[in-house]
Amino acid sequence: MSSSNNPVAKIKRPLGLSLLATELSVMFRRRRTYAMLGAVALIPIFLAIAVRLSSQVLAPGEGPPFLDRVTQNGLFVGFTAMIVGIPLFLPLTIAVVSGDTIAGEAGQGTLRYLLTAPVGRARLLLVKFAGAATFVFAATLTLMISGALIGAALFPVGPVTLLSGDVISVPESLLRALLVAAYVSISLLGLSAVGLFISTLTDVPVGAMAAIVTVSTVSQILDILPQLSVIHPWLLSHNWLGFVSLLRQPMDLSSFGANVLVQLGYIAVFGSLAYSRFTTKDILS
Amino acid sequence: MSELAQDSLAIETRSLTKQFGSHKAVNSIDLAVPTGSVFGFLGPNGSGKTTTIRMLLGLISATSGEVRVLGQTMPQNLNSVLPKVGALVEGPAFYGYLSGEANLIRLDSADQFASSKDRIERVRAALERVGLSHAAKKKVHAYSLGMKQRLGIANALLQPRDLLILDEPTNGLDPQGTREVRNLVRSLASTGTTIFVSSHLLAEIEQLCSHVAVMSAGQIVAQGKIEDLRKEGETRIRVSTPDLDAASAVLVALGLEPITTMDAQLRQEVVAPLHDSKLEGDKIVAALVKAKVRVSGFAVEEPSLEDRFVSLTGEGFDVVQ
Ligand SMILES: Nc1ncnc2c1ncn2[C@@H]1O[C@H](COP(=O)(O)OP(=O)(O)O)[C@@H](O)[C@H]1O
Ligand SMILES: [Mg+2]
Repeated sequence: MSSSNNPVAKIKRPLGLSLLATELSVMFRRRRTYAMLGAVALIPIFLAIAVRLSSQVLAPGEGPPFLDRVTQNGLFVGFTAMIVGIPLFLPLTIAVVSGDTIAGEAGQGTLRYLLTAPVGRARLLLVKFAGAATFVFAATLTLMISGALIGAALFPVGPVTLLSGDVISVPESLLRALLVAAYVSISLLGLSAVGLFISTLTDVPVGAMAAIVTVSTVSQILDILPQLSVIHPWLLSHNWLGFVSLLRQPMDLSSFGANVLVQLGYIAVFGSLAYSRFTTKDILS
Repeated sequence: MSELAQDSLAIETRSLTKQFGSHKAVNSIDLAVPTGSVFGFLGPNGSGKTTTIRMLLGLISATSGEVRVLGQTMPQNLNSVLPKVGALVEGPAFYGYLSGEANLIRLDSADQFASSKDRIERVRAALERVGLSHAAKKKVHAYSLGMKQRLGIANALLQPRDLLILDEPTNGLDPQGTREVRNLVRSLASTGTTIFVSSHLLAEIEQLCSHVAVMSAGQIVAQGKIEDLRKEGETRIRVSTPDLDAASAVLVALGLEPITTMDAQLRQEVVAPLHDSKLEGDKIVAALVKAKVRVSGFAVEEPSLEDRFVSLTGEGFDVVQ
């Protein structure tokens, strides 16, 4: 009979919605988060301005896909910017956010206070992953919205001619833009899970971030080596550019499905690794 | 009897050990912290205090041994124990870019058992308790060290607690800040909460605590009520005189063993423990005077905790690591 005279420890809230709320408010009250979203928004802006200023007319197929179409229809700015951003810049921002999840709390010492709250280690991992995923969606949406705005400002806007030659209306093309943003976000969830795991391995967030960028780069290098074509479908980055198939009529969803499966696989594997590592880890920070 | 004793312990460890590589940071300690006590966990830097506290809180796993906190084994019952425990571990840590209030809201929402309905009231009450209401909206990176320390204590007070574990709560504070924190701990103790406070400073513990455990190189070298520990020290006599050698000779003739240190010589003093000798102070002075020793001062000193502490843990550079 210890003096348990206080009423705490009654109701447990395993969902952690209010923890997720503070997680997001902590993330979105950081200047670094704005800076990264701002930089993401700059990709389509630079791209559109560069195209606008250059008088040179591009032959179809020259430069990144769709670049030649931007001058005819501003709605292509977002799609082109996504292709430019996905190999390096978007993974970089994901590396910063997911690498920071656990290592950042450890590095600044708040991890020990979260754990003695007690937050529950598995619950903290879930909330951290949800926070990183939210950032992923915020980043791709920011890019698409910025692309649509700058495209409309600098170029004519009208019905969009798809890769298949079919023409879709402006509202439908905006819907496709959202679909592309969703596709790319899902593409980056696997990397976020890898990042979460790496983040449980260290108390130095910058180290975790560098490691995650390395993983993303190595995956893309392996993906272009023909000798490794057997493993290509299973690579983290294999379907990253597959959103192009969403710009056909009828929409080709096979790549979407394959992408979801691969990303879910990475989430399951690296989520489990993060769980088994973090729930048994000595917290010495 | 043993059951009763167990029930009245807020913290109990048995052969608790933590090994880092080949180094035993905590080496088979048996802590017994009575419920309702203000328990000092005293030891020089590196003696294993923080490592022990991390094990009590389930932050790290023990290499071997057992831990019971508030009657339940840890870390198995972490989720039912920790809501009743407030903790400050190895200094405060916060999100510098958030205000003091936002920090506490964040940490309170991390508590999976805390209600969100009265969160803001509890946060404000905790800030009030440590005198930080005026700085609630200020970003923590603009806080002084003392304010951060108090915010750390406020975090430990977000819920009513049965046990507070405070790791070096006055570390790095100026005298003013030290006094503030000490008064805070005293007022918390007066509500009956068990307080387990670690420090490498004897004065801290001596002023605050009813009980103490002394750590040295990962082991507990003494444990119990402060008065009992003090009594284990030795009563000593101190003679102030310019005739150091003559005075020493007289004391030796009386069967005492004078301690000569540089320090004592500079102050022109001879110090000798009384051991078990039944010599009275006046007899000693009479003997000294008879031998023509010029006595400018004489004192019989009650055992001091400091001597006891130093004899247990070593002094200055001799500290066992
Ligand atoms: N993460 C660690 N890895 C290796 N040794 C450690 C680690 N943390 C602490 N130690 C060692 O454990 C001993 C006790 O440290 P600590 O518990 O922090 O002491 P205290 O809190 O009493 O100053 C020290 O010798 C320290 O070097
Ligand atoms: Mg310490």
